[in-house]
Amino acid sequence: MLAVTTRKIFRAAIWLLFSLIGIAALFFWMQLEFIAAVQIIVYVGGIVVLIIFSIFLTQKAGNEMPKPLRRRSFFAVLAVLIGFILTYTLIYQYHFQPANNQPFNLRMSDIGSQMLSTSENGYALPFEVVSILLLAAMIGCIVIAAPSKAPPAGREGQSNLKLKGITEIKNTTELKEALPAGQHTGGPANA
Amino acid sequence: MPEIPLIHILFVSTALFFIGMYGLFTRRNMITMLMSIELILNSVNINFVAFNKYLYPDQLNGIFFTIFIIAIAAAEAAVAIAIIINLYRSHHSIDVEDAGEMKW
Repeated sequence: MLAVTTRKIFRAAIWLLFSLIGIAALFFWMQLEFIAAVQIIVYVGGIVVLIIFSIFLTQKAGNEMPKPLRRRSFFAVLAVLIGFILTYTLIYQYHFQPANNQPFNLRMSDIGSQMLSTSENGYALPFEVVSILLLAAMIGCIVIAAPSKAPPAGREGQSNLKLKGITEIKNTTELKEALPAGQHTGGPANA
Repeated sequence: MPEIPLIHILFVSTALFFIGMYGLFTRRNMITMLMSIELILNSVNINFVAFNKYLYPDQLNGIFFTIFIIAIAAAEAAVAIAIIINLYRSHHSIDVEDAGEMKW
């Protein structure tokens, strides 16, 4: 899992893709095909593509990121190692009691019915809350990423850009109009 | 199929969590910090699913939490990338050190 150590940002995204696929394989191995499919669709198909898009939008893909400061990376390694050892010893000393006698068989209909039931163990309310959250996130994304109208300088620059684009388009159309004429004149000369 | 004990899966998820923490500590680039957050959320997902499978096979609560976490992670990534693009538009950089206007 080199996704956090490589210095080229595009390679970091590709490593993230592979680690997410590995996690999906782990879910498949635990016989949770539905979760694995959701993982592949949402993460691999959605989030990684979004991240790669934003990488291409914001910077050159081949640029190397600056190395982290040595002091900061040293303390980060120290903190991470201490935390990992502490957590793993806690896990190791706590003896879980696995329920061996019951087989774990998951059916899709159970998921669906429990997701939408309003009874004691139903998940209808969190389902609705998550759907409202997704709607709010979509609207928020559009509002945030939409070009703002307030700063006059940016607007001017944009209109300049648009004007440039229009003139470029006009130039290209003129070229296109001019091109057949040139071919027309060039054709007999060649012949 | 030989049954792998729960503690190995917990080892994987703990390692993934702390790899994500390391990335969050060392990276100063917003997109890579976002990737680290995705790794951390995934390790939590692995934990939920493993506990549900090994300890309480008659219930489904861990599965539901995993599904909700995936949905919230998708929403969070979308909002974060919108913020990143807007920040890049105004600052021409996505380094967190360059965006310090709203500190204090």
